[in-house]
This record gives sequence, C-alpha cells and structure tokens, in this order.
Amino acid sequence: MARIGVFICHCGHNIASTVNVEEVAEFAKTLPEVVVADHNLYSCSEEGLGSIKKSIEKNKLDRVVVAACTPRTHEPLFRKTVELAGINKYQFEFVNIREHVSWIHTKEPKSATEKAKKLVAMGVAKAALLEPQKEGESNVIPTAVVIGGGIAGLTAAASLVAQNIDTHLIEAESRLGGNLADIEVVGPEFRRSEELLDMLTKELKASPKAHVHMSSKVTDVKGFVGNFEVTIDKAGKTEKIPAGAIIVATGAKEWTPDGEYGYGTVPGAITQLDLEKRLAKGERPKRVVFIQCVGSRQPGREYCSRVCCNASLKNALRILESSPDATVSILHRDIMSSGTVSEHIYRLASEKGVRFMRYGLDRPAKVSRTQNGTVVKVFDETLDEDIDLDTDLVVLATPMVAREDSRDVGKLLKVPLDKFGFFLEAHVKLRPVEFATDGIFLCGAARWPGSVNECISQGMAAAAKAAIPIRRGKVVIEAITAQSDIDKCAACGNCVIACPYEAIEIVASEGKRYAKVNETQCKGCGTCVAACPNDAMQQRGFTTRQLGAMIDALVKSAMEETP
Amino acid sequence: MSKKVVVIGGGIAGIQASLDLADMGYEVHLVERSPSIGGRMAQLDKTFPTNDCSLCILSPKMIMCAGHENVKLHVYSEVVGISGEFPDLKVTIKEKARFVNISKCTGCGDCMAKCPVKIPNEFEEKLSKRKAIYLPFPQAVPRKVTIDAEHCTMIKSGKCGVCKKVCQAGAIEYDQTDSTVVLDASAVVVATGFDLADVTVLSQYGLGICKDVVTSLQLERILSASGPTGGHLVRASDGKEPKKLGFVQCVGSRDEKMYKYCSSVCCMYATKESILAREHVPDINSTIFYMDMRATGKGFQEFVQRAEKNYGVRYIRSRPANVQPANGGSGVLVTYETRGLAGEQVTEEFDMLVLCPALVPSNGAPDLAKLLRIELDDDRFLRTPSLRHPVDSSKKGILVCGFAGAPMDIPDSVAQASGVAARVAELLEGGA
Repeated sequence: MARIGVFICHCGHNIASTVNVEEVAEFAKTLPEVVVADHNLYSCSEEGLGSIKKSIEKNKLDRVVVAACTPRTHEPLFRKTVELAGINKYQFEFVNIREHVSWIHTKEPKSATEKAKKLVAMGVAKAALLEPQKEGESNVIPTAVVIGGGIAGLTAAASLVAQNIDTHLIEAESRLGGNLADIEVVGPEFRRSEELLDMLTKELKASPKAHVHMSSKVTDVKGFVGNFEVTIDKAGKTEKIPAGAIIVATGAKEWTPDGEYGYGTVPGAITQLDLEKRLAKGERPKRVVFIQCVGSRQPGREYCSRVCCNASLKNALRILESSPDATVSILHRDIMSSGTVSEHIYRLASEKGVRFMRYGLDRPAKVSRTQNGTVVKVFDETLDEDIDLDTDLVVLATPMVAREDSRDVGKLLKVPLDKFGFFLEAHVKLRPVEFATDGIFLCGAARWPGSVNECISQGMAAAAKAAIPIRRGKVVIEAITAQSDIDKCAACGNCVIACPYEAIEIVASEGKRYAKVNETQCKGCGTCVAACPNDAMQQRGFTTRQLGAMIDALVKSAMEETP
Repeated sequence: MSKKVVVIGGGIAGIQASLDLADMGYEVHLVERSPSIGGRMAQLDKTFPTNDCSLCILSPKMIMCAGHENVKLHVYSEVVGISGEFPDLKVTIKEKARFVNISKCTGCGDCMAKCPVKIPNEFEEKLSKRKAIYLPFPQAVPRKVTIDAEHCTMIKSGKCGVCKKVCQAGAIEYDQTDSTVVLDASAVVVATGFDLADVTVLSQYGLGICKDVVTSLQLERILSASGPTGGHLVRASDGKEPKKLGFVQCVGSRDEKMYKYCSSVCCMYATKESILAREHVPDINSTIFYMDMRATGKGFQEFVQRAEKNYGVRYIRSRPANVQPANGGSGVLVTYETRGLAGEQVTEEFDMLVLCPALVPSNGAPDLAKLLRIELDDDRFLRTPSLRHPVDSSKKGILVCGFAGAPMDIPDSVAQASGVAARVAELLEGGA
C-alpha cells in the first residue's frame, strides 16, 4: 500500500476565491491510499514547504500530490522539497487547479470545486502507481569535430582550441577559407580577408589542440552526444575520430546562372565571385552594371540570399574608389542593406554616384551584345520607358545555394535540411546554432547565407554550445524515457520512424529482433508510445497502467457525483 | 571557486549569454534594471516568421535562468561602478529597494488588487494602468511584486499602508533601503538592448496628435491576449475594430535628420503584425508603406509573399508625407506619393495607423558605456571594432551582444549571446 499525502494550495485568492479548497482537501482524505490531506495558504512559501516536509516525516509518506499552479514554474521546487524529506522526486505528482480550474472558471465556483476534486482524484490514482526513477549520466569525450574550414568552421575551431579543447577540423578542399579565400576585402568596412584568414590559420597552427585534416571527407558518423565516432577519408586513408560534439560548417556556394542575362554568351556577363577574383587581380572596370536577385526571389527559389546587395555595394564603391570616373549602376528589387554599417555604405554609394534603378520581376533587364558592345536594357520607372545602359561588365548577383553534398552530410548525421537544402536548426528563433539532436551544432552559410561578421558570431556560438558538454564532462540522461518490452515488441519499426530524436533502433539479440531505446538520446516525448501497435513501448512515469488508473479515477468520481 | 561574469541586461540576449556561461560553469550575475527579466521579447505577441507565441518560447528560458544553480539574478538593480582591468574587475551593483521581502512574497497579487494608486503601465506601453505595487507582467521572473517608490503614497507621505494590511505573507517592508553589492568579476557582458525612438517629435506622423495612431510596440500589446484590450484589436478613439490598417516603415530611421541607419527588424514585424491583424479581424485590410522590403532571413520572403497572397496585405513603396486626423475624430488621413512617371499625391483614409519607429540603443546605454569606459560607434551603438572578434567592445574583457551592438533580430541576438559565452571562455581559459 502506498502512503500518499495530498496538499491543496489556496495561492492566496487565486485558487481559494473560486475553488472551495477545504472541501477538496476533505474529499482527498476519502481517496484510496491517502494518509493525509491538508491545505496551505501558499504551498510554495517557506512555511508551506516546511509543513509539507514535516507531514512527510510525521506520516511516513512515500508519495506526495500537490494541487496548486503550474508544473512549469513550480514542479522543480516541490520535487526538491520531497527529495529533501527522503522521497524519490519522481514519486511526486503535480495537479494544476489554478490555470486549469480557478482562473478559467471564476464564475462557476461550485463546478470548479468539483473539477478540482476530479483532477485531484486522478493525481492520487497515478501517484499510487508512481515508481522511483533515476537520472543517468554518461561521460563525454573531450574532443570536438568541426566539419568545414570556411570562415564559420575556422572560427568555431579556433574558439574551441582557445578554450583548451582538442578539435579536429575537417576540410574537403586542399585550402582553408572556403568562399572567403576568393574575396579580397570584406564589407561593409573593407577589411582584408587575407589578414583575417591568416590570423585564424596561425591560431590553429600554433595550438597543439588543433588537428586540421585537409582534403578529407566525412564518411561515417556513429554514436550520440558525448560519444560520437566520426570516420574520415583522407586521400584513401581511413581515420576514426572519437568526439563529444560535432559542428557542421559546410558552407554554401554561389549559384551559377544557367544562361540567364547573357551568362556564358555575352562577353562581360560574370558572377559576383568572378568579379571578386578580377578585382583581387587589380582589374578596375570602367563601366559596370550589377543586376541583383539573379536566380533568387522568384518562383522555385523564393528566398533572398542576404549578402548579395552588400557585396554589390562594396564592389561598386571599390571600383569608384580607384576610378572615380567609372559609371556604375545597380539594378535591384529592394536594397537589402539592413543595420548600421550596411545602410551607411548604401548611402555612401549613392553619394559617390552609383546609379540605383529598381526593376520588377515582371520586367527583368535584358542583356545583349551589339556592335557597340554589351548593352543592358532596363525599364526606368521614373521615365516610364526602357533605357539602354552601355557597359563593359554585367555583374550577376546570384544567390548562395546549398552545396550538393549537404544532403549526404545530413544523412550521415541524421539531421534535417530545409526545402532549399540549407540545414534546419532546432528552432529558428531561439536555437539558431543547434540541431534537435543533442551534441550536433551548425553555423555559417550551411544554415543560411550570412555576412562574415554573422558567420564568425555563429561559429563562436556553435563553439560555445559544443564546449558545454565537453567542459561538464558528463551529460545527464533523462529519467523519463521510453523503454520497450522485448516480449511484446514485433520489431515493426513504427517507433523508429516516429522518433524525432533518432533514439530508437531495431536490434537483434539471441534470435529475437526488437526496438531498443538509446536512453542518452531519448527525450521522453512519448511519440513512440503512441506509435506502437502492440503496447510494447512504455514511457516511464506515463505508463499505460498509470494513465489508465487516472481515467478510471475520473470515471469513478464522475459516476459518484451527485447530479 | 568558479570565476564570476557579470551580464548587464536581462532581455533575450542577456538571458542566453547567462545560460550558456552558467552551463560552462561560470558564476553568472545577471543585472536587470527593471523588476523582471524578459526584456523586449516579453512584450511581443508573436515572433516572425513562424508566429510562435513570444512569451511561450521565452518564459521557459526565463525560468531556466532564474533556477540555474550558477545564475544569481540581480533584478531592479544597476551597475553603478567598475574598477580594475581584465581579468580582475570589481563591479559595483546597486540593488534598489523594492520595499518587498522577496523571500516572503509569493506573487499572489492580493496587494495589487487593493492598491489605490494607478499609473501608466510601461509594460503595456502606457495603454493601460498599473498599480504602485506591481508585477510588471503576469509571467514575470522572479514572480515577486515591487513597490514603485516614486508613486507609492505610503512611501511618499506615510499615508495608505493597504498593501501591508492585505499581504497575508507579511512581505511588505516600507523601511527597505537601496543596497550595494561589490563583485570580483573576470568579465562583463553588455546586453542592454533597444528602446523605441521618440517619434512624437516627427509631428507629421501624428503620434500623440491623432488618437488612432499607435507605435508598433503598442500594437503588439493590443494584439496580445494578456494585453490592455484582452487581445481585441480596437482603436482608441471609439473602441471600434479597425477595418483598414496602415503601417509606416522607417519612422525616424533611414532619415538624415534623425537616425541614418536601418533598424533591421521592422519590415518583418510589420508584416507579422499585419498577418496577426487579419487573424483578429477577418475582414481587415492592411497596407504597409515601405522604402525597401528587407526580408533576408530564413523563411522571410515566403512570409512576405504569404502576407500579400493569403492575408491581403498591400505593400506600397512610398514614404507618407503627412498624417492628419480624419473628419469626425476617428481614423486618419495619410498623404503619400505614388510611384512612376504618373506619380501623384494621394490622400487615403485609414481607420488606424501604426508607426514603426527607429529602434535606438537603450536609454541607459551611453551612460553605462561611459562608466565601463567603452566606446560608442557613429550611430551610438556600442562599438565592436574587431572583425576577428565581433563581440569584443573597445576594451578587453568587456563583451557586447544583441541589439546593444547593432540592430538585429532575435536569432542573431541569441547566436551572438552564445558567441559571447565562447569569447569569455576563450579569454578566461586560454588567454586568447
């Protein structure tokens, strides 16, 4: 027999002005296995908590039910209290009679009191069947792996080694720096990227903690947070790297036009990255037309690639700086120079004489080759007619697109991509550099196109996230996880498909195939339990038996209710 | 003993930086000048482009922060002094008297119900009243009341004392005084966020003149279920639902005479608010007057397209020149110019107009910068001069994240906040 104590909270007037708290406490006393039931003005006050503790000791309680506010804010407090009095914290049950009762039924005190009674009866029924649970711990390999040696990955790796963490940087190419290695200065403040890349590579070279693997590809990833094994192929040689955390920084690439705007046919039609390379060689064209949103913000590739307007503004200013008599036009749909410095260079470009012309998706510019050279025909909305711009170069500002190998990387790590092939973070608002899977993080253009500044900040952010489990040395394994009953499991695999955390696999042992939950990865969401057709999957603290007892209690108290 | 880090500002950036630093094992002291952490994000109804309920996603972080074994909250507090150099800083924090014993207060609200003093509610952008003893908002962390000494008649003149009488927890202490805490800190993180520029000075836009002109943050509160109108989209002049809603972008920003920069987030939140308006009032039509529609983040272009196609939002590229009250005292007349060769001046009536003002560094930030001896940039944000280390201020060991350094949205602020945690660890663990 369980020994249950029930404590009903007034929450000042919050609950007590609607619910008859004394009546609920009296009712609780009649419930099976309840040894004591009481009510407090504020259960969460020091006085309230003290009286719960005293009651546990005096009445030798082994389970506690508190009917009060929301577990979201107060469950940790009550769990800690019962634990201090010697009860396993998972043998505490919280019933919410404020948000679920008093606050929403203020005008019906009588039926609110009845509802509170039913909820308490359900809580007590479940509490009687609660079992002690224990959180586990797992060690963390004190090493990080960063995939991709562009600006985001380099920064992440440099940050980790600066934090004294062994870090393996895996770069597919034979050079570091990614896209940035082809760009001479970075905007909007015109700083030399070479200096930045030199600084980062020197930091890595100088540290015994850094292990850089050039011309290497990740071919396999096994394990879970704290205990990954990353296999790489380095010029035909296989190497296995044990790691506690993984950062994905595989970047993105510039989209190459498929013949649009004279690319490949009209001389002088080049991409932004082509222009970067020419400017780096010292070329200074005299007549340039930039066309923005080539291949982006249109059906099929709806997104804005965030960096192209700033790149054009930067390069327009560089051209005008060395040849002030140059003519530079930017044909755009909106100038995306958000923030302080970008807006500043937009203004500066206008002041220096860059001609800005807006075009609509319905009236794109036409690039052609005539006897007199390359011509861009564009509709001028102020003049309400087409005009011709004679030019030497037509710079096509194309978007950053996902790399073809993103899908492979995604598959190896079992992490998702969005519809454009960029990696999909755990939460777009509040978890920008994390995947839903613990221990795997992302940064830079692999997530979304971003400025150098943004990629650096994200690289550092991912490094912070990866450093946390490594510095702690241990990861906590949830107590409330799912477990499968080998005898009932038919190995149908429904749970494997349903699990959002890649925590379940079908294993074979002694001739029997069954679903096995990796408790390190399980978050206790319960999705697999619902998916299981054989009742084989059960979630600790929410078993079918416990939930069934709650329903039985509800039905019983409803039937006993005087109409 | 673990090293201490002081984080100034309890908005989303400060909260995230605190959580990551605390998870790394540092002892974090989070200093927030208002009575609750949460910052601007707590005031928002929903967040773009997923329309997640803002407080629903923020509140767990607030609670986690307050409950973290390595985080000490100093709410209703300000940093008033700093001395020494990195990594041996001495930081002085003033904890203002809140006249409530917070270990006794249970946040039940009985005192607020009985307090007779009503003053404009800052959290509700002054659209409703709060009491002199108050919780800034229902989900405040910590959930403890504060007596606003400036308005409490008991503290000003010894008359009243109702809150003490009704408090069953015995938490009211009228004789409390300010106290000071001095901490030996290794690093300081500044995450002081933003304020809205006062755009009543731009009288052509009618804020403070026409009743039915509001700021975008006021509209967030009006749209919020826990806001001053209980989530009913109504206008002030006659309490009626607007059917035609206008938004003006770049009010005081991208403006040579006010703030030259772009505030970065307004195009998207105006789009969000126009979508939400339709969800509140099914037959409402919104118009957004803009200069460039800056939708550069993940899912942003699709969000704008959805607004246009599915929510009937009309985007007009024009900067209104003038806003006048409409005849009869309700609604406004907006004068703007149409585009192209045939461009002409048009005056159009709207039931309600929303201004999206320039977002400026928090009003305490320049003084704090002076105190910390760190520089401001040309736009008065905290200067972050290094490309290699974009979260470093001009002074070693003092780091910057979020809107305090430059305009940015929530995910960028969160990423930077985590970046700050990495930077602190780099400086303290490796000496980089």
